[in-house]
Amino acid sequence: MKILVGYKRVVDYNVRIQVKPDGSGVVTDGVKLSANPFDDIALEEALRLREKGVASEVVVVGIGPADLTAHLRNGLAMGANRAIHVVAADAVQPLTAARVFLKLIEKEQPGLVLLGKQAIDDDANQTGQMLAALWDRPQATFAGKVEIADGKATVTREVDAGLEVIEAELPAVITVDLRLNEPRFIKLPDIMKAKAKPIDSIDFGSLGVAAHDQLKTTHYAAPAKRSKGVMVKDAAELVAALKQKGLL
Amino acid sequence: MSKILVIAEHLGGTLNSSTARAVSAAIAVKGDAIDVLVLSDAPDAIAAEAARIDGVSRVLAVARAENAHPLAAVLAPQIAKAAAGYSHVFAPSTTFGKDLAPRVAALLGVAQVSDVMSVEASHTFRRPIYAGNAIVTVEADAAHTVVATIRTASWPAAGSGAGSAPVEALVIDAALPAHTRFVALQQGGSDRPDLQSASKVVSGGRGVGSKENFDIVYKFADKIGAAVGASRAAVDAGYCPNEMQVGQTGKIIAPELYMAIGISGAIQHLTGIKDAGTIVAINKDGEAPIFEVADFGLVGDLFKIIPELEAALG
Repeated sequence: MKILVGYKRVVDYNVRIQVKPDGSGVVTDGVKLSANPFDDIALEEALRLREKGVASEVVVVGIGPADLTAHLRNGLAMGANRAIHVVAADAVQPLTAARVFLKLIEKEQPGLVLLGKQAIDDDANQTGQMLAALWDRPQATFAGKVEIADGKATVTREVDAGLEVIEAELPAVITVDLRLNEPRFIKLPDIMKAKAKPIDSIDFGSLGVAAHDQLKTTHYAAPAKRSKGVMVKDAAELVAALKQKGLL
Repeated sequence: MSKILVIAEHLGGTLNSSTARAVSAAIAVKGDAIDVLVLSDAPDAIAAEAARIDGVSRVLAVARAENAHPLAAVLAPQIAKAAAGYSHVFAPSTTFGKDLAPRVAALLGVAQVSDVMSVEASHTFRRPIYAGNAIVTVEADAAHTVVATIRTASWPAAGSGAGSAPVEALVIDAALPAHTRFVALQQGGSDRPDLQSASKVVSGGRGVGSKENFDIVYKFADKIGAAVGASRAAVDAGYCPNEMQVGQTGKIIAPELYMAIGISGAIQHLTGIKDAGTIVAINKDGEAPIFEVADFGLVGDLFKIIPELEAALG
């Protein structure tokens, strides 16, 4: 079985996001970029499935500008067999990303597509679900545990009410949550090995996907700040303050 | 002219309060009609509850055995059909709505606006990105149906009781897939208030130290009638189950009182609580970022302070 893994590059988790003063975007020049943390978890899960003999090949997929190859090399260094780079100058919205994945699925015929449940830049949480709909296949979102056997995935999903277990016939789309696994660290020899692994470049325009993004972002603003409150000296003062506000 | 279809979230035959919050956002669109769609194997009681929400024009009830559990692959084709004639389809931005709405949007071939915080105009919304560190204004194409999830913490639940909308049975002719099957739902089964709708929440973090130590948080929460939450660090460490996680990737909540105990306040956690009315932080590290957003801060050992709080409460 082949597994496709979505591998998005985003502003690093630890960067403090600054909105540009003119409201035209957030500052991305010179900030550290990294793999979307959820995508690292998706890739790790795919690699573990390959190590267990469930999967035979793991392919990482990225959509982005020419310099995205360096990022895809990280995915290869982590252990993916090969990478597909859909070269697109501009960021694509989730529906477009899902349509791109569908085109790649038609060509690659994977048994499983693993994606992060959301990217930590746009926080959209849409691409996996949209892809499953377009592909007319099962989706198992927010996966905290994945078991593959007998042509189906049994997935434990982290939902508001607790843990939901569902069965999905393969092929299927699984989007992963934080506690599914802990991604491995990339070792230096693996970085060297990754240099020899193939990256297929496909021009976005050649896929026949309409780049018709329906949402227009017209303004970026910094969030309303909560003002710093007061420090109280002990429990009694805290209880008195909360009682005065009618909260206790 | 806007007509909004709100997808009802329910569990165990009861309407979730997230539905009334999504109705509030629908009211803000200032449209001509707000219909609530209830998909269930037994929708009657849920539909009756939805009919009492203020501002609802009609409740549409779809009864099908396949709707016994909220599987997106099963519900989405029905919603996509029911959406004909509506300018907007809203669902709460809970795990239910997050799972379901994009599948509906893709079937309709439209984009989705996630986590709507405010409605600026019928097709203009504000939503958070980068864990709430930036707020964007987004315009959807008015030529298409707008599918959106509603950030529940940003919206009060629409009132209930005054409304008496008609309930209509709806038959949807849609072939439903059998490739996805519900197996089980393991619920915490706690008697405490629901974390997402509670007016008071007490959360514990890594500073609590262990699963056993978390009892002190539960006990204090019970004393003040609060729901219990946790930071990601506490959940990752196994102190408490996943459904208690508050933050960017857990639950986004807006209680009147939020008490963070032994939580340092990572940005991802603060994202989940910044709409709270009053934030209290108790932490032994006076430099912890949680104090930057707390209305009341108390530096010290939580194992000493919590018993003192209980004593002060009498």
